[in-house]
Amino acid sequence: MSKMGATRDGYGEALLQLASNPKVVVLEADLGKSTKSLHFRKAHPERTVSCGIGEQNMLLVGAGLAASGFIPFASTFAIFTERAFEQMRNGVARPNLAVHVCGSHGGTHTGTDGSSAQSIEDLAIYRTLPNVTVLHPSDTVSTRELTIQLAASSCPSYMRTARNKTPVLYEGREDEIKIGKGIKLREGTDVAIIACGVMVSQSLKAAEILAEEGIHATVVDMHTLKPLDSELINELVASCGALVTAEDHNIIGGLGGAVAEHLVSNTLAPLERIGVNDRFGESGQADEMLEVMKISTPYIAAAAKRAMARKS
Amino acid sequence: MEELEELARRCRVHIVNMVYKAQAGHPGGSLSEIDLLAALYKTQLRVRPNEPQWEDRDRFVLSKGHASPGMYAILAEMGFITVEDLDSYRVLGGICQGHVDMKWCPGVDFSAGSLGMGLSFGMGSAIAGRLENSARQVYVMLGDGEIQEGSVWEAAMAAAHHELGNLNVILDRNRIQNDDFCETQMRMFDIPAKWRSFGWNVKEINGHDMSEIVDGLNFLGTSNDGPSILIAHTVKGNGISYMADNPAFHGAAPNDEQYQQAMLELGEVSA
Ligand SMILES: Cc1ncc(C[n+]2csc(CCOP(=O)(O)OP(=O)(O)O)c2C)c(N)n1
Repeated sequence: MSKMGATRDGYGEALLQLASNPKVVVLEADLGKSTKSLHFRKAHPERTVSCGIGEQNMLLVGAGLAASGFIPFASTFAIFTERAFEQMRNGVARPNLAVHVCGSHGGTHTGTDGSSAQSIEDLAIYRTLPNVTVLHPSDTVSTRELTIQLAASSCPSYMRTARNKTPVLYEGREDEIKIGKGIKLREGTDVAIIACGVMVSQSLKAAEILAEEGIHATVVDMHTLKPLDSELINELVASCGALVTAEDHNIIGGLGGAVAEHLVSNTLAPLERIGVNDRFGESGQADEMLEVMKISTPYIAAAAKRAMARKS
Repeated sequence: MEELEELARRCRVHIVNMVYKAQAGHPGGSLSEIDLLAALYKTQLRVRPNEPQWEDRDRFVLSKGHASPGMYAILAEMGFITVEDLDSYRVLGGICQGHVDMKWCPGVDFSAGSLGMGLSFGMGSAIAGRLENSARQVYVMLGDGEIQEGSVWEAAMAAAHHELGNLNVILDRNRIQNDDFCETQMRMFDIPAKWRSFGWNVKEINGHDMSEIVDGLNFLGTSNDGPSILIAHTVKGNGISYMADNPAFHGAAPNDEQYQQAMLELGEVSA
């Protein structure tokens, strides 16, 4: 687990690999150096469209390209995709045009840029749009694989990537990664921790702490928030009987919200949600932010015990 | 003039110190705007450093909120905050957040960081001033990359429609944005003609020549028949040789050696 990488780099690698398909085009809004679409731009300037600092225009240019048979990948910071939310809703999702939007620098883990750059609501808002696939991978390898799979999808998508490095988890395990299928990274029957993005490695560490206390946790990387892997959640309810969700996102509407929505309409089970407690972020180092937001490893471990205590 | 130039030099030192200590942040657009900010605060703005919320103050909106080191530097020199506060730039709990924030830092009138929002906010502030029969002026600093945002032009059109003579823009025309030169990212063709055609008073100056800057600011303060814009031709990273006109220093900090060189060039240390 020592190798580290930033998921935005996985996105950049995937675009380069996808370049052999002449229908793949890349759209930028003056953040290609940050989202990592710059590698594609360097290799294929003729298929890269600079939209300047104009996110709203970018998304609908993508819609026009998709309607003409192209496969557009558009990226900017997660937060700035949100400026084009209504374009995404009415011009992309409603006509079901396969524009693939990547929002990098998601979450408070983004760090010292501060609250204006730390999107904590992207997963929630995109999840409310019909037709849109919503992804938030945890490492560079899964980001690369999921991005490559998106190119074959006929639906629009939103994928959040992160600015800072996290452990690489899936080297040599590429075939386990499928849109819509959560991945069990560790198995136990006391409690299940369902996480996404940078919180997956935090959750694995929490499981280690719990194991030292004799508590055996399952850890799931739920890289796809929509469509949600409801089969897997049912299985976790049956095998563990208590759940925790962990995300670097507002506690409202994200992964915790998605799992809660599923549970209330199926089998109820105790659920504790770890996430940003309905507040904006601030400037701080990535690791400091997880502490300030109370979403780091010890908080996940404590939530696991609370969920277990609520089992009937 | 010499006093203003010395003020701007000290601000440049603060800017370099901040991004060096934080090893992050935006020196390029801070150094291009700083001569304008120094002159604006010293010669034009009616503000009270010891009463930052004074209702009838002129408003200043740094719409390109990433260029916060420049703003923190002048706020410290004016006495809104202390020079020690500058050490809190990008530090957890510090008042000098990565992007200027009105909830965190005295003297900051708008929480920016998302480009293309400040002119609309400035328009609201200008209408408020008019409704209250106040003589206060509103100044909004925009980046040239920033004016690629469509929302800027919604505000530009609306401000002229409402004949907001108390609304003023200073455009930091440094020809560079995030990834590269504007010319590569998005050509903007005739910028003065665009603003004129939107109904604005337009004046162009050299944004590093103090006497031209002072003249230009007087133009903003006196042309009150409609909104006015001062297009200041600047150099991104101005004042530090290796940062000047170099897109790499939009959002990158100097290393140890580069820091020493910057202090030498700014006359803080002698060779
Ligand atoms: C809406 C939005 N999109 C993208 C960004 C990311 N970004 C930060 S600074 C910048 C370039 C700004 O260029 P310019 O306005 O010319 O500023 P300056 O050169 O004066 O620093 C970009 C794209 C942002 N802050 N807001």
